[in-house]
Amino acid sequence: MGLGAEAIFGDSVVTTKLDQAVNWARSYSMWPMVFGTACCGIEFMSVAAAKYDLSRFGAEVVRFSPRQADLMIVAGTISYKQAPVLKKIYDQMCEPKWVISMGACACSGGFYDNYTTVQGIDTIIPVDEYIAGCPPRPEAVLDAIMRIQEKSQDESIIKDRLKNFKGYLDA
Amino acid sequence: MLKPDLIIDPCKLRETVLNLKNKENFTLLLDITAIDYLQYPVKQEQRFALVYILRDESFKKTITIKTFVDASLTIDTISDIFYAANWGERETYDQYGIIFKNHPNLKRILNHHEFVGHPLRKDYSITHHQTCKETELLMDEMTPLLASKGYDAQEQDELMLINIGPSHPASHGTIRNFMALEGETIKACVTEIGYLHRGFEKSCENHTYSQIIPYTDRLNYCSAILNNIGYCKTIEEMLGIEITPRAQFIRVIIGELSRIIDHIVCNAANMVDLGGLTNFWFIFSARDKAYDLLSKLTGARLTNSYTRIGGLEYDLYDGFATDLEDVLVAVERGITDALSLVEHNRIFHDRTQDVGVITKEFAISAGITGVNLRAAGVNYDIRKINPYYFYDSFDFDVVLGSHGDVYDRIMCKFEEMRQSMRIIRQAMKNLPTGAVNVIAPGIVLPSKKDVYGNIEGLMNQFKLTFEGIKVPQGEFYSATEAGNGELGFYVVSDGSGTPYKVKCRPPSYYALGAYAKIVEGDMLADSVITMASMNFIAGEFDR
Repeated sequence: MGLGAEAIFGDSVVTTKLDQAVNWARSYSMWPMVFGTACCGIEFMSVAAAKYDLSRFGAEVVRFSPRQADLMIVAGTISYKQAPVLKKIYDQMCEPKWVISMGACACSGGFYDNYTTVQGIDTIIPVDEYIAGCPPRPEAVLDAIMRIQEKSQDESIIKDRLKNFKGYLDA
Repeated sequence: MLKPDLIIDPCKLRETVLNLKNKENFTLLLDITAIDYLQYPVKQEQRFALVYILRDESFKKTITIKTFVDASLTIDTISDIFYAANWGERETYDQYGIIFKNHPNLKRILNHHEFVGHPLRKDYSITHHQTCKETELLMDEMTPLLASKGYDAQEQDELMLINIGPSHPASHGTIRNFMALEGETIKACVTEIGYLHRGFEKSCENHTYSQIIPYTDRLNYCSAILNNIGYCKTIEEMLGIEITPRAQFIRVIIGELSRIIDHIVCNAANMVDLGGLTNFWFIFSARDKAYDLLSKLTGARLTNSYTRIGGLEYDLYDGFATDLEDVLVAVERGITDALSLVEHNRIFHDRTQDVGVITKEFAISAGITGVNLRAAGVNYDIRKINPYYFYDSFDFDVVLGSHGDVYDRIMCKFEEMRQSMRIIRQAMKNLPTGAVNVIAPGIVLPSKKDVYGNIEGLMNQFKLTFEGIKVPQGEFYSATEAGNGELGFYVVSDGSGTPYKVKCRPPSYYALGAYAKIVEGDMLADSVITMASMNFIAGEFDR
C-alpha cells in the first residue's frame, strides 16, 4: 500500500528522486579513463583481467577517450613534462567526473623526490580517492572504485564539487 | 681492473671509433654517457669525461673508451658512424650539456623544452624542479625532416599531421609519435620521449648501493627481477665477489620466470592491438598465477626487489617447487591456447608478416638488442655468448627469426617462453643446497641473532645501513640479458657507500630511437602493432 503513483499502479512502479535514480545507475556503470603511465598501469591490466575482473563492479568499459569517461584513474608517475597533458585530458572529461590517484607516485611523488617528478597530482587536478602502494594490489584498486561508487550517490546536478580547486597549471 | 679500456684525446675520437668499427669490427655501439668529476675525490684532467661503450661483431668483446672534453664542452659527433649515437648523444647533451658538433638534431630528449640547466651535473640540486606549461609542437623537427624528403611548403601543407601519444592506448605508456601521413601511409615520423623521466640516475647518486635496488625494479617494471639481477651482478663484479651457487640458481629460476612474464605482457598487449582480446585473457591468467607465486616469495607482485648485493633477500619457501610447476603448467596452457587462435590464422598472418621489418644491418647500427635483434636473425644472446650464472650448463636454444617482422617477434617471444621453462625445470632439478648469501660482513647484513646478540653484529648492521657498501674506486660496465635486450649498468664509484654515477643502458631506449625509421613508409595501423611488438617500456627508456 503506497501513496501517490504507487497507490494507483501498485508494485509496477517505483517513485524516487531523479538524482537518486541517476546516481544509482551511474555508480554501477562507471566508465574509467585510465591515464596509465608506469608500473601502476601494468597492475591496472591485472585489475581488468580475468582474475580480479573489474566488470563485477560495472566499470570494465575502459575508455581511452576522455570525453566518454567519468572516472579518471591516474596510474603511474606524473613528471613535469607530463603534467600539461594530464591537465588537458582531465579538462576534456565531462562533468560529473571523479579522479582516483593510484599508487605512491601519483599521490605524492613516491620515492621520486627529485627534479622531474610532480609531488602529487593533487597539485594539478582535484583528486577524490587516493590508493597507497607501489604499486597497489588489485584489491586496493577495487576498493577505491567502490568508495567512488559510494561517493557518487551524493552527486546532484545542482552541486558543483570542483569549483574551488586551483592547481599550479590553472593560471 | 675498474678502468676504461682506452683513454684517448678528444680530437682523436672520430678516428678511433672509425678504426674500431672498420678494422676491429666493433660494430655495436652500446651506450654513450658522460661523467661530471666536479665532486670526485681524485683530481682529473678536466671536469667532464665522455664514455663510449662498444661491442664487437662476435659480441664477445666489449670496449669502453673514455675521453676528457675541454672547457668548451664540444666534441665531434659520431652519429654518422653509428645510428644509435643520435639518441645517445642527445641524452648526454640533455643531462650534461656536452655539445656534439655536427649532430643533426641536438636538442633535449628526456627533460622538457622549458627546462633550463643540465640535471646530472653535480652542481644541479636533485630537488630543483622546473615546471612545464605547454607541450612542445615538434614542428622544429618535422619541417626539416619533411624538407629532407623533398616535400616543399605546399606539399607539406597537404600532408596530415597527427600525434599518437603522449597519452594514447596504442603507446602502452607514454611515447609520443608525431606522424606526417599521406592517406594512411606514414611519410615521416618524429618520436618524443621523456614523459616518464623520473630521474633514475640522479636518484642513484643520492642513495646507497643497496637503496638503489628498488629503483631498478621500476626500470622495466614488467620484469623487475631481471633488473635487480643486472644491477646486483654489476656491483658484485666491482666488489670482486662471487655469489653462492644456490643464489645463482635461484636468480636463474626467478629471472627466467620474470622473462616469461615480460613476454606475456608484451605479446598479450600486442594481440589486443591486433584485435584479439581473447588471447589477452588466456595468457594473462597464467601471469596472475605467476604473480601470486612471486608475492608469496618476495612480498610484492610487480616490484619485487628480490636480489641483494651478495645474494638474495630470502631463500625459497617450502613448497615452492610445486607452486612453480603449477605456474609453468598454466603458462604452457596459456601459450597453447593463445597460439591455437593465431598460429594458423590467416588474418593474423596477413596483419603481421612483412610488417615493421628490421634488417640485420640496421638493427646492429641502431643498437637494437634482445628479441628484436634475434627476430631479425642475429644470433646474439648474452646468456649463450658470455654465459653467467651457469647458463652454459643448461640445455636451451637461442630462438631466431628470419624476416625481422612483427610475426617473427611475436613467435620468437612465444618460443623463448618455452625455452625459459626448459631452463627453469633443469635448474630446479639440479638446485644446489647451501646458503643464499655470501659471508662478507661489509656487504651482506648480519643475521638478526648477531645484531641483537653482540656489539660487532650491531655495529656492522648500523654501518652497512647508514654508510652503505664500500665499492672500490673506479668505473665498470657489465650487462645481462634482460626481457627486451642487453641491460647494462655503467657504474662509477668514488670509494664511498654511494655511487658517484650509475648509467643504465636501457635496451628499449635504442630500439625506440630506431622506431621512426622502421615505420616510415608503413601504414598507420601497422605502426601500432610494430610499436607493441618491440616491447618499449616507458620506465626503462625514460628512466
